[in-house]
Amino acid sequence: MRNIIRSLLIANRGEIAVRIIRTCQEMGLRTVAVYSQADADALHVRMADQAVCIGPPSSADSYLNQNALLTAAMSTGCDAIHPGVGFLSENADFAAAVQESGLVFIGAEASTIRQLGDKIQAKKTAKAAGLPLIPGSEGPIENVDDAIKTAEKIGTPLIVKAAAGGGGRGMRIIRNPVELEENIRIASAEALSFFSDGTIFLERYLENPRHVEVQVLSDGKGEVIYLGERDCSVQRNYQKLLEESPSTAVNSKLRETMKKDVVRLFRKLKYAGAATVEFLVENNHHYFMEVNTRVQVEHPVTELTTGVDIIREQILACSEGRMDITQNSVKINGYALETRINALTPGKVSAFEAPGGPFVRTDTFLYPGCSVSPHYDSMVAKVIIWAPDRKTGLSRMSRALKEIRIEGISTNIEEQLTILESPQFRSGRFSTSLYGEIMS
Amino acid sequence: MNQKQIFELIEKFEESNLSELKVETEGFKIKLKSANTIPVVTAAPVAIPPAAYQQPITAVPSEAAAAAAVEVSGNNEIITSPIVGSFYRAPATDAPPFVEEGSQIQTGDSICIIEAMKIMNKLEAEFPCEIVKILAENGQMVEYGAPLFEVRRK
Repeated sequence: MRNIIRSLLIANRGEIAVRIIRTCQEMGLRTVAVYSQADADALHVRMADQAVCIGPPSSADSYLNQNALLTAAMSTGCDAIHPGVGFLSENADFAAAVQESGLVFIGAEASTIRQLGDKIQAKKTAKAAGLPLIPGSEGPIENVDDAIKTAEKIGTPLIVKAAAGGGGRGMRIIRNPVELEENIRIASAEALSFFSDGTIFLERYLENPRHVEVQVLSDGKGEVIYLGERDCSVQRNYQKLLEESPSTAVNSKLRETMKKDVVRLFRKLKYAGAATVEFLVENNHHYFMEVNTRVQVEHPVTELTTGVDIIREQILACSEGRMDITQNSVKINGYALETRINALTPGKVSAFEAPGGPFVRTDTFLYPGCSVSPHYDSMVAKVIIWAPDRKTGLSRMSRALKEIRIEGISTNIEEQLTILESPQFRSGRFSTSLYGEIMS
Repeated sequence: MNQKQIFELIEKFEESNLSELKVETEGFKIKLKSANTIPVVTAAPVAIPPAAYQQPITAVPSEAAAAAAVEVSGNNEIITSPIVGSFYRAPATDAPPFVEEGSQIQTGDSICIIEAMKIMNKLEAEFPCEIVKILAENGQMVEYGAPLFEVRRK
């Protein structure tokens, strides 16, 4: 893997496409944007050196249309494709197709995506590398007898999960063993209809966990750089709302253990690019949950605490097999927090002003007069702040959220301020049920 | 009506051929109006051999961003590209073009080829017409919705 790339197609839209284009411009790379008919006036289309319309508004016919993306990349002379987040970023078939077309995929190898995309496979891989798992079946549940035996071993409450699952789909919580048989059948049927794979497994259900993830960058040759953790416990229906680093639930001893675990896992995988390992943390214990083989929406939090441009290093690692940083050059410093701004209604944005001032960053595709389409994800902006400590950081974020101006569409800014200024969030002692507690 | 239902309604509305839709229930009123008024016609693409590679290509909605930039005289219509690819006027480099400006075309006649991922997709006319103007260059990359031909329906 030693491909110096010159032109890159961004197979995505919205703020992440804008984010990637900016880094490419700094690296001197030519950018090709793709867009659906609904996005003809989108910011990423305006910012790229070239833009190609790849289909009608529906994602299935445009941003998920592998043939259109590959054809656009090849006919515009690109030598790499960045899939961004969501869409095809963790699609093993697409990763393989990009490579077969002679292009560089700025993401994980197809085989790695397959290995880590299946939750049972991922747990086996993590266990083999010595990472702690949530007590559970450790393999697929074949039949009801199997489920009953596992349930007796690990105790209730339990959670049934789909091996191919994600975003909370196919999950069912069981508090009473008598509900087991029925729920296993329902979960399996649900998994089959959502993911075309009915494979399920059982895990102990943690009542009040924190969601803590560790960011790494890796060069594909065994060099793994640890970039600290992010706490993403503030969620609504498994969708993250606020992300911060460092986590108030992780002490220095646990942090060191998590770091060693993650680095060991990725050295073994010979991974290239950016990745995140998600853990649940409860009572000072961490439990491996899953690996994301891509950049994440909340990666700017880590960029602010480390000073590392994660997209830049990811592009270098996946194309040239090297990075511009080393573990020793990375200093993790201070506190960072991200707030996701979601649209509650689609429409035309009549006015937009990003917050300014020291240590405030806004990643967005909004501009005055742009449209927020009903076809895609509702997130329209991310506001990220840095501060020397959490207390200063929370005040800074409150100030920034009061300063941002978005007119023409309604957003969740008020709700985010309510969470941010709640005594529970400010105390640093909360769990993934925080949103429900504050909003109920 | 909650937010999700409104989003779903907008999606369904956009998929439909309606230009206006009003829904009124107790304490709730919503009116949707289509912004699309440009008449654009698309050709039905047909993949040609090798048979092993044949794949279906979905029909295209009659709304093309790129076509809006082309001025159409009178009642003429625009045939746009249903996929991203390379535009070819002839089945082979040494073969005569499928159509010329002024050609009279019957339903089902081949009018061009769009090559995508090494597959030659033949476009056929959906209605009898006269080719008034060829709007794309031979060998040029065309986007989804790019104008290919200005035609006069017969």
